[in-house]
Amino acid sequence: MGLTMNRRSFLRSVASSAAAMAIPVATFGSAAVAAVPARGDYRKLVVLVELKGGNDGLNTLVPYADPAYYALRPKIAIARDQVVQLSDTAGLHPSLAPLAPFWKDRRLAVLQGVGYPDPNLSHFRSIEIWDTASKSETYLQEGWLTRAFATQPVPTSFAADGVIIGSSELGPLAGGGTRAIALADTEQFLRRARLAQPAAHNGNKALAHIMKVEGDIVQAASHLSGRTTFATEFPAGGFGNAIRTACQIIANPSGVAVVRVTLSGFDTHANQPGTQAALLTQVANGLVALQAALVELGKWDDTLVLTYAEFGRRPKENQNNGTDHGTANVHFALGGAVAGGFYGAAPNLDRLSTDGNPAYALDFRNVYATVLERWWGIDSRDALGGRFAPVPFVKA
Amino acid sequence: MPTRLAAAAALALAATCAAAAPAPMGYDDARHLLARTGFGPTDAEVRQFAALTREQGVTLILRDVRTEAVTPPPAFVSDTTPVRYQPQSLTPDERKAFLQKQIREGLEIRAWWVQEMLATPSALTERMTLFWHNHFVSSQQKVRFARLMYQQNATLRANALGSFSTLLHAASKEPAMLVYLDAAQSRKGQPNENFAREVMELFTLGEGQYTESDIKEAARAFTGWSLDRDTGRYLFRPGIHDAGVKTVLGRSGNFDGDAVLDIILTRPQASEFITAKLWREFVSPEPDAREVKRIAQIFRGKDYDIKAAMRGLLLSDAFWAANNRGTLVKSPVELVVGTLRQLEVSPGAAMPFAVVAAGMGQNLFAPPNVKGWPGGEAWINSNTLLARKQFLDRLARMDDAPPAMMAAMTADAAPPAPRAAVASPQGAADEDKVRAQRFAQAMDRGVRNVRFDAAVWVARQAGDTPTAKMQAAQSLLLPLTPVTAEAPASANDALAFVRSTLLDPAYQLK
Repeated sequence: MGLTMNRRSFLRSVASSAAAMAIPVATFGSAAVAAVPARGDYRKLVVLVELKGGNDGLNTLVPYADPAYYALRPKIAIARDQVVQLSDTAGLHPSLAPLAPFWKDRRLAVLQGVGYPDPNLSHFRSIEIWDTASKSETYLQEGWLTRAFATQPVPTSFAADGVIIGSSELGPLAGGGTRAIALADTEQFLRRARLAQPAAHNGNKALAHIMKVEGDIVQAASHLSGRTTFATEFPAGGFGNAIRTACQIIANPSGVAVVRVTLSGFDTHANQPGTQAALLTQVANGLVALQAALVELGKWDDTLVLTYAEFGRRPKENQNNGTDHGTANVHFALGGAVAGGFYGAAPNLDRLSTDGNPAYALDFRNVYATVLERWWGIDSRDALGGRFAPVPFVKA
Repeated sequence: MPTRLAAAAALALAATCAAAAPAPMGYDDARHLLARTGFGPTDAEVRQFAALTREQGVTLILRDVRTEAVTPPPAFVSDTTPVRYQPQSLTPDERKAFLQKQIREGLEIRAWWVQEMLATPSALTERMTLFWHNHFVSSQQKVRFARLMYQQNATLRANALGSFSTLLHAASKEPAMLVYLDAAQSRKGQPNENFAREVMELFTLGEGQYTESDIKEAARAFTGWSLDRDTGRYLFRPGIHDAGVKTVLGRSGNFDGDAVLDIILTRPQASEFITAKLWREFVSPEPDAREVKRIAQIFRGKDYDIKAAMRGLLLSDAFWAANNRGTLVKSPVELVVGTLRQLEVSPGAAMPFAVVAAGMGQNLFAPPNVKGWPGGEAWINSNTLLARKQFLDRLARMDDAPPAMMAAMTADAAPPAPRAAVASPQGAADEDKVRAQRFAQAMDRGVRNVRFDAAVWVARQAGDTPTAKMQAAQSLLLPLTPVTAEAPASANDALAFVRSTLLDPAYQLK
């Protein structure tokens, strides 16, 4: 998908429409009341996109009008004239230009300053906090979606509760209760799945668990096929393949509630500019293909795409043309039912903590509450370990 | 357990106890005891133990346990170079070289440990070392230096079945632990509470048995425990130790770190916490509270002698209870090492099997967090179960796989491995794709060198007829009645029979 109008005038129009769309955080509470979709409507799909390693949010949504940004990043800042302007203060990394039409259509929500209190800077621990929706100091075993699906089960007729593509870590679907299938591509999964054997049993708890997983594999394999053909062309490369696999799964008529794809390599401690540009190009082209394929399937209006990562990166660049582990980050929500615009608040670069990181503006559990309550219409308290107000980036 | 030693010991024990003449435990009990305390016993080992009473068997298992590995470690572990990593002062090429060295050395110690588990005559020592690795957790992902991980492993092994008190003191001062839980950064006036919290919550007492104030005060006592980066050894630095009065668990004094550990060990909860965790590893997923208290009292009364606790557990009624058999899930390492031992194949290089276990979710020297691998049912999800089955399937097919089939299976063998073997200097997440390839290659390299002849193996089992031998093979491999495996009576092909038994869900259990 390319830009058809003159770039400069297009960007101006994007910027002006964006100003009208900015929604202050303070309205969450009242807006949340209005939206109550059909309870547990898992026909509405969620696609989670993990930007693994900790994508640098500050060069993803660039505060191009903030002198502090250029002062912190003399070598790796994105120049003002390179930025895809969304407002008079913020714009996208140039590699994300393919996403600009979504912004113009108000189908792209930009979630700013997403984080959590007492941030942990370890990759493994911080993604665990995100995946389990735990407090910073609490260790939980089950993923937030596993707990949500325990509250309101996904119909047993579905191929699976969720499918994890290209990673063996079940993340938000970890824990015994959920029917999570991890696979790299559908054909390979279907070949390997022949090793699983469903059988009746009346054994102990551990055996029952193994038999359940065998059954999950067989059930998923019986519903999935890798043979749907799309007019959409999927980008070459690992992420493009993951998106293609996701679309093969989404095309199965029996349904899945959630699909997660992962793109790794965002841990850009050194020589960030080239690496991040290449990765964000994959993200943008992959999401554009995903949207086109969802439109083909008639599911664009029933899909919510959400990016996430373990953390953002330090505002001040390091000595190696890179950035170190940080805290609050920018994320995107995309879909036919997304209410485009800015949510949360941009990090205040003049008020960084002693270790050089910004405070968060939007708790990631508020984002999850939006998925659970506004999108699926299920209660979020048990899944999130407390009450978090949904954010109105999904249309009521 | 080496055959000759076991046989001689068995005879000696049988002779000693002949007067009392209690009943020999028999095949099923012996299989259960060995499967729970070692890695996949062979038929010959089971039959030797079958002639002993339960008590004789447990005594034998706990006698003469090794405290050192039989496998020589990689040469680099005796380096005396400084353990210092300052990325900011290195060029990108130097950083890359550092990272690659640590990845290489990390793989070497993984291979070394898997080799030791395959070769050891003292399987319980390795099972206990693995247990303590998942208790006094540290990960190369944060510690970085493989040498420090090795040192810690040697300490865990040396004390694996010794005194828990000695082990606690030693493990707490291990350089890997000092780095992993930030003790090395703790100083008077700025005590780091990480170690103080985990030592109470995870290593000794369990949640709810202490207060936040106990943690803060204990953290002060642990200041000064430090790492000499020039030698890679523990070093006490009096200059940064807080020598003031602290109040920990109701006692006040001018405590240092060792004193705090001793105060913790006066609490009965410590012995109960450890006993309950050992119960979940060796007996059943759900400890019996009354039995735990009884065995913990023995444990405590014998100055925290780990053997005393193990003896109590292994001789408890619950250990032998029929409804507790086959209730524990084999860890990936147990599955991989146990299968190779049980099928009596010599695998050549051990490194591929360390990577294969990592692909199933257990990357040695890199547990996911300070709580360790959660274990139990959490070992099994769709991805890890298929990785396990694929490994077993390929192992069982090795005697008849033509080259074309090999190539096809190699292409197929790509479940993504879990966390990177070693993360980058900043703890970077590795590329999933690279790891998937690594898993596939490891599976291929590992299994290619294995020659498993099912017919020969089945023929080696006890029994007068082919069906009886197959029955013996199935009884050896499965802790429970088969769920999906072929019945021996209807099997006519040894390979298909063994394969179906290995792929039975019950094979995942011990």
